[in-house]
Amino acid sequence: MSQSVKSTLDGAVRLSRRIGDGDIAKGDVILQVEDLGVNFWVNGEWFAAAEHVSYELRAGEVLAIVGESGSGKTQSSMSLIGLLPPNGRATGSAKLKGLELLGLDGRRLREVRGNEIAVIFQEPMTALNPVYTVGFQIAETLRTHYVMAPAEAKARSLELMRLVEIPDPEGSYDKFPHQLSGGQRQRIMIAQSLACDPKLLIADEPTTALDVTVQAEILKLMRELRERVDAAIILITHDMGVVADMADRIVVMKDGRVVEHGTADAIFHHPSHPYTQSLLAAVPHLGKAADEDAPAVATTLVAEGERGCVPLADGDPSITPALLLEDVAIEYPAQGRRKAFRAAHHINLRVDPGQVVGLVGESGSGKTTIGRAAVALLPVADGRLSVAGRDITRATNKQLLPFRRDVGIVFQDPGSSLNPRLPVGESIGEPLYLHEHLRGKELSDRVEELLDSVELPRSMRNRYPHELSGGQRQRIGIARSLALKPKLLIADEPTSALDVSVQARVLKLFADLQERHGFACLFISHDLAVVEMLSSRIAVMREGRLVEVGPTAEIVNNPRHEYTQRLLAAVPVPDPDEQRQRRELRDRILAEHGVS
Amino acid sequence: MSELEFNAADGGPGRGDNAIEAKEVEGLSQGQIVLRRFLRHRGAMGGLIVLAITAVFACSAMGIGPIPGWWQYQDPNATHPMLNNGAPTVTLPQWLGGPGFSLGDHPFGQDNIGVDNFACVMKGVQTSLLVMVILGLTALIVGVTIGALAGYYRGWIDNLLMRLTDLMIVLPTLVVGAVLGKLISVATDKFGLPIEAGTFIKLNLPILLAIALGLILWPTMARLVRGEFLSLREREFVDSARVAGATDWRIITKHMLPNSMGVIIVNITLLMSQAVVLETALSFLGFGVQPPNVSLGLLISTNQGAFATRPWLFWWPGLFIIIIALSVNFIGDGLRDAFDPRTKRIPSAREMAKSLGQAQEAAS
Repeated sequence: MSQSVKSTLDGAVRLSRRIGDGDIAKGDVILQVEDLGVNFWVNGEWFAAAEHVSYELRAGEVLAIVGESGSGKTQSSMSLIGLLPPNGRATGSAKLKGLELLGLDGRRLREVRGNEIAVIFQEPMTALNPVYTVGFQIAETLRTHYVMAPAEAKARSLELMRLVEIPDPEGSYDKFPHQLSGGQRQRIMIAQSLACDPKLLIADEPTTALDVTVQAEILKLMRELRERVDAAIILITHDMGVVADMADRIVVMKDGRVVEHGTADAIFHHPSHPYTQSLLAAVPHLGKAADEDAPAVATTLVAEGERGCVPLADGDPSITPALLLEDVAIEYPAQGRRKAFRAAHHINLRVDPGQVVGLVGESGSGKTTIGRAAVALLPVADGRLSVAGRDITRATNKQLLPFRRDVGIVFQDPGSSLNPRLPVGESIGEPLYLHEHLRGKELSDRVEELLDSVELPRSMRNRYPHELSGGQRQRIGIARSLALKPKLLIADEPTSALDVSVQARVLKLFADLQERHGFACLFISHDLAVVEMLSSRIAVMREGRLVEVGPTAEIVNNPRHEYTQRLLAAVPVPDPDEQRQRRELRDRILAEHGVS
Repeated sequence: MSELEFNAADGGPGRGDNAIEAKEVEGLSQGQIVLRRFLRHRGAMGGLIVLAITAVFACSAMGIGPIPGWWQYQDPNATHPMLNNGAPTVTLPQWLGGPGFSLGDHPFGQDNIGVDNFACVMKGVQTSLLVMVILGLTALIVGVTIGALAGYYRGWIDNLLMRLTDLMIVLPTLVVGAVLGKLISVATDKFGLPIEAGTFIKLNLPILLAIALGLILWPTMARLVRGEFLSLREREFVDSARVAGATDWRIITKHMLPNSMGVIIVNITLLMSQAVVLETALSFLGFGVQPPNVSLGLLISTNQGAFATRPWLFWWPGLFIIIIALSVNFIGDGLRDAFDPRTKRIPSAREMAKSLGQAQEAAS
């Protein structure tokens, strides 16, 4: 296979010199990193982002660098191709086939970039230039390093696009990044990085911005590619689940230092450092829900056919549900020339007081739409939506004011959900200020109480959002949503923007708070494993429709809808052997149902 | 506390995602960060100092309102005996090769009937600054209000207000300014207003002119604020304020306006420097400030016949126009940089080497 990858390149004249002599074979040492350090200059002082990093990489090998945000894993890898910001500085040594990479500049550095070392970035939408077609961007990389006619470059680009399994490569060649889905964009990024047949591929969190299902597809692609190309791969990630059956060796980094280094097998089965153990424990494990209490008779409700919808589950009529949606359709209102867009159809869902219901689906499935409609941020176009017995389907702003006391919402992006110009204490206190008209001492006492409850120091109330880490910001978001002791809380992917280890701590806090306050909760996520940890019932959503609703244990252990099965199989597990089994299971499901 | 602690040895959490970036802004509010960046901007600080000195000098020389200034000739329209054929009496200090610094009787010279040019220029600077500030404030209030309402409510309000804005934008500023300026100055005769109203208009002509110009210069501001509001209202903190039960008024004033302060301040400073030049141009064309008021443009206009014989009558007003417009522009530029979240302080190679040396010394 690797022959066919190189076919069009073999005759081409190089513009950039190759490093080392001749071809590389699997097993040759490609990269030697010794005592690598990265420092940043901040206000006259140097801060170490990474220090004493040493490793060796062979052709055809996958090295995973695992660590939380801020552990220096990205910066230490970016220093290899001179991509540090101007106030950064790299020390030590990094040799690619004998060529010292640190301190390289000008023409020599450009010859290495894209040609010998390629990078797959985290966010394909921002890494691809929106004003050029994706085909042009792949061809551009080729024509930078080879003497190639446009037609030749196009032929090679199409070949690469086929390699990364883009559907209809000829048609996609002239598409712009925004016309492709997130997964396809990431495939284009991979095709671009493979364009010049590089010796080393750096994948910087290639799947973090993607859904679980798309993540599984991209990982599958990368796993297949490593067999086909001879490049060595550095996979940077914070999720032990992602590297489980991909990495040959793993480097675990914390606060700029390597805390553990070993083969994948050793790290997964016998982690010696407590930090590695905690990273492994942080990955949400599917199937923790006890399956013995699963009833013999299936109680899940499954949608029939393409356009089917799930009927409303029977509930205890004596209880007023905290959230009740009856045949609800939700529309994004028309905006100028843009027509109204119906994002959810015929939704029947009920959340009882004190119950946590998980809402799962891929991005674009309409789950956030339901969450926003439940807090009256979006109008209900059809059907009936009531919260704690209060019908809010056609309520005006004024009528909604008392309703606002009963609901809270935690948003997905903790960076954007706090006003950057207000100290976080003021953000937390705003609902109290508006509804209970608390002022001065009373208000600050309540804010401190709330900070205590989300396990943040009281002094933090005077800080601004930009000073806090992602996990701290999300805790603030939770504290604010709980300020009025709501009956219903909407949690809209509260942890998907966080590191896996931070996610684990935030989820634990969330579960504790739910137990203590007993609010009903609609927990929205694309990750079934996360939802499983918290909720007693799960609703699965696809393309604006609910496809399966039922008790958690049943959904997880005995999914009946094909889509639910796919979602379940896509969840990564931090265990290489189990992961391999799951991957095979997933391939089987896909083969049976004939979906790509 | 969990993510703040720094436990290297155990299995505890790491230092968190933006630890190093946060070092630079530790314990500072957004406003303080902007202020710090602004104070570091050399051009802006220079502009601010020059503008402040000019304003203080002009105001103290000619006094404000009833308060007299220190200059001997307080009336810019009074004539004085001709001295030295009207040439400037200001002399260069010794270190610049002159006989030593002194102002003399008429430091900026006199025109052909003996009017003191220094008094005129200083009064003109006052007028220019006054016009600049009032014009800025008028455009600020109108522009921000209209932009904020259009951006926040969208729908038909947006349509209505933006079409109005389009209408204002297509009007050529200079022509409308000229017509309005003329209209104000001839209002008494044309509309049969009482004499008192006429004198009131005559005395306060610069202020009225500034308000009139402000009322036609707001569209750029309104468009920018609307654009900013359109993107801000999609941010989740606005949604969360709405969920918390905040009223529209509170969301606009407490959450959205402070976040668009950057755009507003930058635009208003640029508008103000534009205002100085516009007022000058109008007065030069004879449509702006009218005698007995004095403005820099008017000075240039009335003395245009004397360009060959008494060039100083142009130099001084021209110099001050440039000083004011340039320094306001520099301030605006500095503010733009200060409010831009992407501008990071990039150390010079020397600074980096210096702190590196210190670090190595400390290590050895």
